[in-house]
Amino acid sequence: MSDRTPATHYLNVSYGIRSWLFTRDHKRIALLYLASVTLMFLVGGSFAAMVRLELLTPAGDLFQADTYNKIFTLHGIVMVFFFLIPGIPAVLGNFLVPMMIGAKDLAFPRLNLLSWYLFNLGALFTLFNIVIGGVDTGWTFYTPYSTTWTTTNIVPVALGIFVTGFSSILTGLNFIVTIHKMRAPGLTWFRLPLFIWAHYATSVIIMLGTPVLAITIVLLALERVFHLGFFDPALGGDPVLFQHFFWFYSHPAVYIMILPAMGVISEIVTCFSRKRIYGYPFVAASSLAIALLGFLVWGHHMFVSSQSVFAGLVFSVLSFLVAIPSAVKVFNWTATLYKGSISFETPMLYVFGFLGLFTIGGLTGLMLACLGIDVHVHDTYFIVAHFHYIMVGGTVMGYLGGLHFWWPKISGRLYPEGWGRLSALIIFVGFNLTFFPQFILGYLGMPRRYHAYPEEFQVLNVMSTAGASILGVGYLIPLVYLVWCMRDGKVASSNPFGATGLEWQTPAPPPTENFPSPPRVTEEAYAYDKIPIPGGGAYAG
Amino acid sequence: MRPDLPLFPVQGSAEAGQVDLLFLATVGLSLFFALLVSSLLLAFAIKYRRRPTDKPPAPIQGSHALEIAWMVVPLILAMATFVWGADVYFRLNRPPDDTMTVNVVGKRWMWKLQHPSGRREINELHVPVGTPVRLNMTSEDVIHSFFVPAFRVKADALPGRYTTVWFKATRPGRYHLFCAEYCGTQHSGMIGWVEAMEPEAFQAWLAGGPAEVSMAAAGERLFNDLGCVACHNPNSGARGPRLDRLYGSQVKLASGEGLIADEAYLRESILYPAAKVTAGYQPVMPTFRGLVNEEGVLELIEYLKSRVAGQAGEPAPELRPAAPPPERKPQP
Amino acid sequence: MPAESHAAAAIHAHQFEDAEQQRDAVTLGMWAFLLTEVLFFGGLFTAYTIYRWSFPAAFALSSHHLDVLLGGVNTVILIGSSLTMALAVHAAQVGGRGVVGYLLLTMLLGSAFLGIKAVEYDHKFAERLIPGASFLMRDESRPAHLDPAGDAVVAAGIASADPGVEADLQHHAQIFFSLYFAMTGMHALHMVVGLGLLAWLVLAARRGRFSPAYSTPVEIVGLYWHFVDIVWIFLFPLLYLIDRHA
Repeated sequence: MSDRTPATHYLNVSYGIRSWLFTRDHKRIALLYLASVTLMFLVGGSFAAMVRLELLTPAGDLFQADTYNKIFTLHGIVMVFFFLIPGIPAVLGNFLVPMMIGAKDLAFPRLNLLSWYLFNLGALFTLFNIVIGGVDTGWTFYTPYSTTWTTTNIVPVALGIFVTGFSSILTGLNFIVTIHKMRAPGLTWFRLPLFIWAHYATSVIIMLGTPVLAITIVLLALERVFHLGFFDPALGGDPVLFQHFFWFYSHPAVYIMILPAMGVISEIVTCFSRKRIYGYPFVAASSLAIALLGFLVWGHHMFVSSQSVFAGLVFSVLSFLVAIPSAVKVFNWTATLYKGSISFETPMLYVFGFLGLFTIGGLTGLMLACLGIDVHVHDTYFIVAHFHYIMVGGTVMGYLGGLHFWWPKISGRLYPEGWGRLSALIIFVGFNLTFFPQFILGYLGMPRRYHAYPEEFQVLNVMSTAGASILGVGYLIPLVYLVWCMRDGKVASSNPFGATGLEWQTPAPPPTENFPSPPRVTEEAYAYDKIPIPGGGAYAG
Repeated sequence: MRPDLPLFPVQGSAEAGQVDLLFLATVGLSLFFALLVSSLLLAFAIKYRRRPTDKPPAPIQGSHALEIAWMVVPLILAMATFVWGADVYFRLNRPPDDTMTVNVVGKRWMWKLQHPSGRREINELHVPVGTPVRLNMTSEDVIHSFFVPAFRVKADALPGRYTTVWFKATRPGRYHLFCAEYCGTQHSGMIGWVEAMEPEAFQAWLAGGPAEVSMAAAGERLFNDLGCVACHNPNSGARGPRLDRLYGSQVKLASGEGLIADEAYLRESILYPAAKVTAGYQPVMPTFRGLVNEEGVLELIEYLKSRVAGQAGEPAPELRPAAPPPERKPQP
Repeated sequence: MPAESHAAAAIHAHQFEDAEQQRDAVTLGMWAFLLTEVLFFGGLFTAYTIYRWSFPAAFALSSHHLDVLLGGVNTVILIGSSLTMALAVHAAQVGGRGVVGYLLLTMLLGSAFLGIKAVEYDHKFAERLIPGASFLMRDESRPAHLDPAGDAVVAAGIASADPGVEADLQHHAQIFFSLYFAMTGMHALHMVVGLGLLAWLVLAARRGRFSPAYSTPVEIVGLYWHFVDIVWIFLFPLLYLIDRHA
């Protein structure tokens, strides 16, 4: 495999906007998604900045109450549906799934492109809604507030989420079929990289859960427009039924958000400790276990919503169970480091960050599964802190780690290592300063979605906002240097980290068809004992 | 702890201590595992950091024994935590027998409370220390949630039904009350205070205030004004079942099912009378939706509770769901 | 292009290694997609189940306002169209000559289904059974009568003298009809998509694209069509036949 940049690769094989907008190449589609998803991340992040600015002072003095309510609602909607759920699968998954299994593309390239267009259409509806005044129901749309009382425009956002849901389903469908049917010769299930297992499990959740969200949104929109009475008690409906429908999807959705990041961690931790993953079958099976169990726990969002005590017990015990496979992963990743040869390039720093933050997020999740505790902390900042530890401390760290790890393959350039490590550190510090005080605020009793709060909560809120500004800086730096290095970064070899995996056996950037002919696989995954450790300073980015 | 940087909420109730114990135990357990993982990470990061002389490490596939161990041990700890949490949860959900009821109606954006004596409060709840208090709650519009951090209790107040939360204050004091379910513009303004007072002070407070008719007396007036007695009277051939001693009794429905006449049943019978028709009676009761608001319904219920004692105005025994009273058949 | 060269060539899209992999992938893809459709309709069926359990009388009364004859005819038509679809698939697989004919027949039957559906919707509009401000369901089995309390005359067509009970009935009936329109509407939408797919198949078949070596598109559209048929087979009794024993 030549280490020189190939003359022709997927980025320069054709030029012009049409060659991008009508591409069928999964790698180009991944980059198109990268652009869309990054834009939505910036939109959602701006809303977050506004929330934290308001919460600097106890009084609601920066925004009107209604405006603030729209801001936190849109922060949630944009981040959940337009960044966290599509993020890793649509960017890294699209780019890597075919390559990791030795295929030329996904099974259905045109559906892949369609899914990107659907994503943009959904995003457009949502952005349109933001421009015409936003929604103020919280991203959870609880009824009867959302069906009967809010004066904001629910229907465009509902439409946006509905359409984006289809984008998600198409991605999941593509992954499942591709992984089942297009693996290279010799690539049996138990030789697959764990990134693939993670995306497979994610795709199962997407296929089973997203249609239920679609129907829930349809019913919500119908109720809002025609006042039918599904969920409004004034018309004989049941508001708690909405919660059941909503959380039946939205709980598995959080596993859609975290599983791909876990897949990324498995790839990076093995490469940078030069070791096979410890307990491969257990890590693989745990992804499926999470997918399955994740569908059985939705009621833990409803412990105080008038659900019966019996239902509470069932959902609580199942919620404890679903934590076990995640714990298994954390232990196996840690054990992978044992007797390894560990280096600390940027992707590995993100892995360490993930391991610490996801562990905290996960353990606090166990506290929430615990009925006696959840009654007190439900709907407080404790919950906010918990899910941000998982989604930001977990998913976003995994996303950034993965972006850095595969950036040389994606772009053919090396990201600047010094800046990479610096921003990883800034993000880690900023993140903890932002969200750890929120655990304390939550147990003290500060409710979520509060525009104004009692004075004694101010110091902790100020700490949180200070952390958020650091975190924001940490996110902006990679945005700048990743874009910069695409043109001006050092040229990368095809495998600067000396990683195993079929995707690294191609030139960087890869040609459109990935492999001239399907590679034959004879090794287990992560056969790092069989290849030399990259020499000191091999990654000279 | 500096007064402007609280780190832990005050314990205002008996159960708060139980919740805190559980919480601190889980924090301890989590700290243990978090420290375990992070110190291993740190130790491995240092001990196995890359050195120029490193050879590719020998493969270690894993150990089934270790995998089982770190599945089983967390599972046992998780189940123990579950059981403990469920136990605390039962306590939070099972009011004792001798509670004092206060009726609560949440509406955008205020809490309206009324004691059985008739004394009303808005966004404030006065309670005596040492007496278990049970809140019977509903909402006039959207979902709200009654949250008192100092008592570690919270329950949603839903439109169209009754929910319950209970606590027993153990220290006099003024404790935050928050609405904890987002309900629109002034959600963060739907806050107030729970004022726990020494019992004598509370009685004095209850007796003071503007002269108010007790809820039961108000309910009796409504009962007459709405013409309920036209059907619910002791005459033979009356169209409706007799209502004295109804509250808390066993009721047999036309469908064959049986139930205990609690607050939810009474509310439903007033507003949706066709839903549960008493055995032996025709479904002819008209609905009173639109004729009586949520507070009126609560007053009627207080009146019916007082009928159990035999005289209007006497405090009614609290409902004992654990031990159903002897079966009482409705009079034909 | 002559049909023979297509029959001989094993054509497949570039991302697949061979035609067999393509066929396997495309078939799995369609099954996976139908699984999501099961979940999608499943949500509606769940809502239906919950509300029917809550409001049995209103649902039964509402169901009686649906035209069993038209619904029944539609059921037969749709089952027939599944038969013609299966025949089309078979013809494609063995290289028989009936592909276009059977596909057109399927389209005809599918269109007939939609036509009858349109007639039914039109009737509902005339009978004021579209959910919304002007919804009013009458109970034609009830002539004018004295209400049970003996106090008033209840006009014909109204189920209950008690305005509260009547209002509830109307509300619950609206829920039935919302579900009726949502479920049959979703189903009809899927039929329209199906007709589009069939039209595309007809055009391709006329150009001789299908042969024993390459009949996958016909097969997977067949899968889709059968699925849409099966959804109707559940919809029909649940919506039209509540409490219909003579």
